[in-house]
Amino acid sequence: MNLPTHAPHIHSPTHIGQIMNNVMLALIPATVLGFWLYGWPAINLWLVCVLAALATEALSLHLRGLTVRPTLLDGSAMLTAWLLALSLPPWAPWWIAVIGTIFAILVGKQVFGGLGQNVFNPAMIARVVLLISFPVEMTTWITPITLGSEQAPHFLEGLAITFGSSGTTFDAVTSASLLGHVKVELNRGVDLQAALTGYFIPHDAVWGWHSGSLGETSAVLLFLGGLVLIVKRIITWHIPVAMLIGVLLPAGLMHALNPSHYLGLVPHLLHGGLMLGAFFIATDPVTSPNTAIGQWIFGLGCGLLTYIIRTWGNYPEGVAFAVLIMNATTPVIDHYLRPRIYGRNHKGEALLP
Amino acid sequence: MKLFRLQGGIHPDTCKILSAEQPIRSLPLPNWLHIPLQQHIGASAKPVVKVGDRVYKGQVIAVSQGAVSASIHASTSGEIAAIGNYPAPHPSGLPIFTITLKPDGADRWLEQEVPDEPLTLSPEAIAMRVNAAGIVGLGGAAFPSAVKLNVSRRSQVQTLIINGSECEPYLTGDDRLMRERTSAVIQGIRLLRHAVGAQDVLVGIEDNKSQAITAMQFAAMGTEVQVIPIPTLYPMGSEKQLVKVLTGKEVPANGRLADISVLVHNVGTAYAVRQAIYLGRPLVTRVVTVSGGAVAKPSNLEVPIGTLVEELFRFCGGFRETPVRLLMGGPMMGIQLPNTQIPVVKGTSGVLAFTAQEITGNRISPCIRCASCLRACPIGLQPLEMVARIRAHDLNGAIRLGLKDCIACGSCSYVCPAHIPLVHYFNYAKGELAARERIKLKQEATRKLAEERMERLARLAREREAAAAARQAAKAAKEKQANVLAEAI
Repeated sequence: MNLPTHAPHIHSPTHIGQIMNNVMLALIPATVLGFWLYGWPAINLWLVCVLAALATEALSLHLRGLTVRPTLLDGSAMLTAWLLALSLPPWAPWWIAVIGTIFAILVGKQVFGGLGQNVFNPAMIARVVLLISFPVEMTTWITPITLGSEQAPHFLEGLAITFGSSGTTFDAVTSASLLGHVKVELNRGVDLQAALTGYFIPHDAVWGWHSGSLGETSAVLLFLGGLVLIVKRIITWHIPVAMLIGVLLPAGLMHALNPSHYLGLVPHLLHGGLMLGAFFIATDPVTSPNTAIGQWIFGLGCGLLTYIIRTWGNYPEGVAFAVLIMNATTPVIDHYLRPRIYGRNHKGEALLP
Repeated sequence: MKLFRLQGGIHPDTCKILSAEQPIRSLPLPNWLHIPLQQHIGASAKPVVKVGDRVYKGQVIAVSQGAVSASIHASTSGEIAAIGNYPAPHPSGLPIFTITLKPDGADRWLEQEVPDEPLTLSPEAIAMRVNAAGIVGLGGAAFPSAVKLNVSRRSQVQTLIINGSECEPYLTGDDRLMRERTSAVIQGIRLLRHAVGAQDVLVGIEDNKSQAITAMQFAAMGTEVQVIPIPTLYPMGSEKQLVKVLTGKEVPANGRLADISVLVHNVGTAYAVRQAIYLGRPLVTRVVTVSGGAVAKPSNLEVPIGTLVEELFRFCGGFRETPVRLLMGGPMMGIQLPNTQIPVVKGTSGVLAFTAQEITGNRISPCIRCASCLRACPIGLQPLEMVARIRAHDLNGAIRLGLKDCIACGSCSYVCPAHIPLVHYFNYAKGELAARERIKLKQEATRKLAEERMERLARLAREREAAAAARQAAKAAKEKQANVLAEAI
């Protein structure tokens, strides 16, 4: 008991592992829905991501000469893998998951110096790398066929889909995601209303009943999960609110100007990775600014860039790119937007008595 | 009254329930008292007694030295047994100069004349008596009170703020003092006001001490003293935070309270001032909270200065389990004690014995930049960024981020989910800075000495040359004269 110790001698009952665990808990509803909607291949994909992440993390920690166990168990690697899995097409082959995860952990995080040192969100780096490298696999979406139903693949068929050769013969209905479909149709010169007919069903979209990434489709469940994180003070509300405003404000404006060409608020909100991005990706503390005002700017930037890429870019979805671009601005935002220090003005000069 | 908003702050479990309902009891006289001569900020006091001297309770045994210092008095009557080194209340347990007193059991006061009407004393006289009574800030900082009074009187402060927030968890001494000795505390506050000529007197008490608030408000009725409930938020008891909440003013960076015409004293200090002036009793005891999960019967005790911590724990029924950490002060800013053989000093607000459950484990993880520390910082600093600079040995970078503005309250360390000892880094950096300043001063002095030496040597050389030249000239003149003489002959 005589080892000298410094004040404070008490501590709030929190630790890193708890934060990671809470985020994963908040992800469970959306993930389980994804499993149900897309069946065994989705479960396999998620498992492959998590296992690959843990193996990669363990190996890198070992190579860096660190004790593997405590860091491996803090949940950070698993969370990265989880987020990546949720952003992948649910029937993507195993090697997509493995390459993505290794890239996320190794290049996205460990080469920067491990947890807390990375500039970019590891899961989004991996997603973008995969999207650019394997565009076909990364844009093959399927319509939901719920787990246990007649048409759904059973366990062994699920294994074949995830681990089999690319020529899997399983009879699934593939379809474009809404944002992708709209982009293609608009490029073909089709009117927006016509493109949406039969494609956009708000009621189904709210609950996630449409083709899309494994865990990105249910706006409601993701929103509820995000709300839990805000209530538990794992994240603050600034980034999600700012990012949603960043998308919805221009979307509302452009839609009002030309409803036959620009998507309205609801499809923007309910489709693509916006909800996951706003509550779980952009809020990654490591890669987002520290101050409330910095988080506002960051969130607005993420939202605006997402809208711009979705609307005028080559890709139908822009959340990953938007977050990565704003990640790069985080150090600058944090450098210029510091809190005012007690007894000093905003420039840091002492107040006059 | 309108209160002003604070930034940051934390809400730790106060754990005050352990001792809050325990009335203040007097600790029986121990067999020995070890009274350190450095119990305050500033210069150490100088002993004025010899081994073997018999002293009365309240008799000066060491006098203040220098502008910032405080006298020290015998905590009871008895015999001076030793003057020498004894372990200090410091994590190191290193010894400091200490007077050891053997009580005679009579506890006889040195009678001193007291004024009939204390409030008619001149402000200067009050400050003088406060100085003579050896009173220091009893909130923990132990800054000599008379020095503060004199500075404040000269700068004509408007507002006297009395700190009854007691925001440190576990501590309940001020709470009990305000509840049990209310009128004495109010008398002390009015004396302090008179001593500086302040217009307003605001007593800030955290709203988790409702009984103290009620008692103080009742006792303050009809006086100029305003008792104001303030939100329970750590570190409300920090001067800067308290002033901000009550007045909306901020102490300028590198400035003093007097710059914004405010003076802050602790309720315990006000009580000590009242005792000194109404009863002629110098500061020889103080209220100490004995608490923590390992203590059998947590209590509030009035303890003679110099009593060993061991006696306090013994009086409180000893330990219910072996403590894993002993503290002096509160858990947020208090210091760890190496053992129980350490004396209570004027700044000791509490002694705590913690179980393993109370101090959470501290495996340090990497910073995930969650900015909890930034949101908790009551000063508006970015602890995570400062630590990154300090770890990279970039002290100047840390200073630019406000290292010198840090009040070491520990809020950042408390909330950090990675359990990074942030305050420890800041104190380390402040120590490095101080060392750097010392080295700079020393180098400056050395340079000056060297320059002076060079100058001296040069001057000596010049003088030698001049002397040699003069000799030469004299010789030449003499020879010339001789030649002239020779020619003449």
